[in-house]
Amino acid sequence: MNSTARDERIVEVTGVRYAAGGRAIFDGLDLSVRRGSVTAVMGPSGTGKTTLLRLISGQAEPEAGSVRVFGRELAGLSRAEIYAMRRRMGMLFQQGALLTDLDVYENVAFPLREHARLPEALVRMMVLTRLEAVGLRGAARLMPWELSGGMARRVALARAIVMDPELLIYDEPFVGLDPISMGVVLRLIRELNDTLGITSIVVSHDVEEIAKVADEAWLLSGGRVVASGAPGDLLASEDPPVRQFMRGLADGPVPFHYSAAPLRDELFGEGP
Amino acid sequence: MSSGPLASIREVGRYALFVGGLVAEVPRALLRPGLVVQQVYNAGALSLVIVMLSGLFVGMVLGLQGFDLLERFGSEESLGTAAALGLVKELGPVVTALLFAGRAGTALASEIGLMRATDQLAAMEMMAVDPVRRVVVPRFLGGVISMPLLAAIFSMIGIYGAQLVGVQMMGVDPGQFWSQMRGAVEQADVMEGVIKSVVFGLSCSAIAVYEGFHAAPTAEGVGRATTRTVVLSSVMVLLLDYMLTAILL
Repeated sequence: MNSTARDERIVEVTGVRYAAGGRAIFDGLDLSVRRGSVTAVMGPSGTGKTTLLRLISGQAEPEAGSVRVFGRELAGLSRAEIYAMRRRMGMLFQQGALLTDLDVYENVAFPLREHARLPEALVRMMVLTRLEAVGLRGAARLMPWELSGGMARRVALARAIVMDPELLIYDEPFVGLDPISMGVVLRLIRELNDTLGITSIVVSHDVEEIAKVADEAWLLSGGRVVASGAPGDLLASEDPPVRQFMRGLADGPVPFHYSAAPLRDELFGEGP
Repeated sequence: MSSGPLASIREVGRYALFVGGLVAEVPRALLRPGLVVQQVYNAGALSLVIVMLSGLFVGMVLGLQGFDLLERFGSEESLGTAAALGLVKELGPVVTALLFAGRAGTALASEIGLMRATDQLAAMEMMAVDPVRRVVVPRFLGGVISMPLLAAIFSMIGIYGAQLVGVQMMGVDPGQFWSQMRGAVEQADVMEGVIKSVVFGLSCSAIAVYEGFHAAPTAEGVGRATTRTVVLSSVMVLLLDYMLTAILL
């Protein structure tokens, strides 16, 4: 791979402003994702990590600024163009979001059946190889409710890669997983990224876990990027907001107490 | 604010736009008949037992009440006509639609609402699959196709129930029962029932899929969508029934 291709930015977010329900979520957000990398997007709850994914996947439009994916500006794209772009990306939802009326095999086959008219033998080959990649070929005929949380997420991952995406987006992939399942998902993120030559964006607040596999990390807080770089550098940072988040300190720039009147006033005064 | 007459008008507008979108997608949905047939099975075949049982009992009650009334005028042989007209024109479509709203409508609303709450619709969007085309339209069509068929079955079983009571129990002459019915019930009467059941099928199915699709993605939201489906569908069926009867009579 030459250096131009290696430095190519597959996602570029520039000066994005976005508000929801009257609350500003992003105000001047700048962020980019290098092709072929595993990029972590981290930040405290409520900083708009999932909103960022919605912006990148064209499910939401910014009020100002630009979101470019695969080199194309998303603003003003038609629904058909957005759908064409989404065919080049896969997304893993927090709980997997498997279709509950289909078994594991049909869930993985779903995008193929919807978008391509392929011979059944080819569909079977593609589905079984993807299930093999996530270690669940033996579970092909189970229904979603028969799967554990970790298995459901691996099936969803097989489904997300069945169309050979260029960009794979993970929304909080470790939530509620036991350490073994978490290890499996971590390994899959790295392996799939490298063997399939895709780009991965992982939104998570599991700092230690994601630091093990990410090439690059962006830390969001208060609607903008507060730090970015190699995860190791962020872990070693002495910058107060970065330090508080990366080391999980209860108090710091993000206060432990939600904004309120002094306790003495509230206990002995008139009250709110 | 978000209440009052303006909000109601806005809601009606949203309904109209949504249903317009559904109808526009119908030709495409028909290109994949397998999905529609599956939904006809879910909304129709799975409602058969409750519709047939209810039809039988409604017909039997009609047989008893009709016999009691007609006997006072000495014309109990008209029981077949009275039962058939009552069922085909009125009770068949209306009671079936109410049962349909309670069985199939709630199932549709809660299924689609749960798909929303568990991100299945969002996942489809991300896979570049339009959830309205893939999920909503086949279910809407399944309801629209099932409803007239269920109403016809309801009326048929109802007439059998009326015959069971009138002829077998009360001793009405079977020849009179059937021949008077065949002589008096006209094609226009049957068409009135068919038109009503088609309109009820359209409105009940549209309400169910709209409420499910727009449910808040929480357990409470899905519950609320299910309740609204039954309440709105029932009121709408009775309102439309009056309007259609006034037009068609």
